[in-house]
Amino acid sequence: GLGLGSIAGPLAAKAELEPNSWDDITSYNNFFEFGTDKGDPAAYASALTTSPWSVTIDGLVDRPGQYDFSDIMSEMTVEGRIYRLRCVEGWSMVVPWNGFELSDLLAMAGVRDEARYVAFETALRPEEMRGVSRPVIEWPYVEGLRLDEALHPLTIMATGLYGKPIPNQNGAPLRLVVPWKYGYKSIKSVVRISLVKDEPPTSWSKYSAREYGFYSNVNPNVDHPRWSQAHERRVGGGLFSKKVPTLMFNGYDQEVSALYDGMDLAKYH
Amino acid sequence: MNGVLRRLPVGLVYGIGLLPPGVLFWLAATGGLGVEPIKALEHELGQLALQMLIVGLAITPLRRFAGINLLQFRRAIGLLTFYYVLCHLLVWLVLDVQIVGQIWADIVKRPYVTVGMGAFVLMIPLAATSNNWSVRGLGPSWRRLHRVVYVVAVLGGLHFVMLSKGLQIEPLLYLGAILGLLALRLRPGQRKALV
Repeated sequence: GLGLGSIAGPLAAKAELEPNSWDDITSYNNFFEFGTDKGDPAAYASALTTSPWSVTIDGLVDRPGQYDFSDIMSEMTVEGRIYRLRCVEGWSMVVPWNGFELSDLLAMAGVRDEARYVAFETALRPEEMRGVSRPVIEWPYVEGLRLDEALHPLTIMATGLYGKPIPNQNGAPLRLVVPWKYGYKSIKSVVRISLVKDEPPTSWSKYSAREYGFYSNVNPNVDHPRWSQAHERRVGGGLFSKKVPTLMFNGYDQEVSALYDGMDLAKYH
Repeated sequence: MNGVLRRLPVGLVYGIGLLPPGVLFWLAATGGLGVEPIKALEHELGQLALQMLIVGLAITPLRRFAGINLLQFRRAIGLLTFYYVLCHLLVWLVLDVQIVGQIWADIVKRPYVTVGMGAFVLMIPLAATSNNWSVRGLGPSWRRLHRVVYVVAVLGGLHFVMLSKGLQIEPLLYLGAILGLLALRLRPGQRKALV
């Protein structure tokens, strides 16, 4: 896969990003499996057993199987990545993740030529996830990326935060992070990764395709039907926090816009 | 019970009812509502308004079906509801949306905002005529005018349902309570007794 060297420039340019505090990042979460309030994941996600953990990698791969989390970690190179996170709801944070490139994990399983998309699935454990007793959305949570998006060097599987193991409310033990897409694309507590031929269904677009498209790229020019996406508010700024303009592709325009050359981003929102 | 209620001064209801927005604002300013206090304050005030609206709608059924008389507090409850809605609206305008050009765009383009704003606008004449002088001056039309609160209640409940993400139970419970309390008034043959 592509190494870190190819993106060292853009990453360095983002070095001035001031990360949100540990408290901001771990107390204000959307993880509906544990409840719909922002504080629910911090309050209830500790019920999730994250060790042992394994990820099934299947579909169009050379070496399908159940990969144990510790085996994965022994193969991967974990590094720090400070990324913007923009929620579709209009708030944002800057998060210092630790993780490895998804492309490295996919290479471990060996992607076959016919694969075009990657489908992801979150754990579904009713006895540990108090939120799944209600049909807020269809469970389990599923997400998907086009293969080139998945292989992009900015796309990581995060396993840590501020150099510590990632807390349950943030998607322990491993979660996807796709920094140029709205936060809900960055699926948490992943148990299955499938390489597939066709565009896989995604939880929020199953709920409302009009509001939540497959691509879900951060785009200040394409409004959510119920609110504007032109501005965002950084979490942690207090009661008089000012809104700031949202950046195209969440500020990763240079790195990722080529993935969408010639596409109508309003249609493929 | 009604004897005890009668001795309760209405001023106490105003006194206590005026406090929550101030307390919430103080909590929001000092970290008590979490790391994103603007949305939290906005939501708390909106829910408070809906709760007060439901209390107000419950007064007539409580009297009719349970014999509990809270009529003397109805005006206070109605005005407090308006006050909570006004605080909710101000937080939305000043702290949340911030951008003046976007306020009108939101009202026109976003149905849940349109519905919420409609409920607020309809409450203005009700609040403005909540004085003895208006009650006397308007006579029977005062009563008709104040039935607009039923429309306000439905719009308020809808506003909450429309803004939530995913199929959430709480907004549906609020709307259900509002519709239920309105349905209690629609018993055939009793229309004359409607208040």
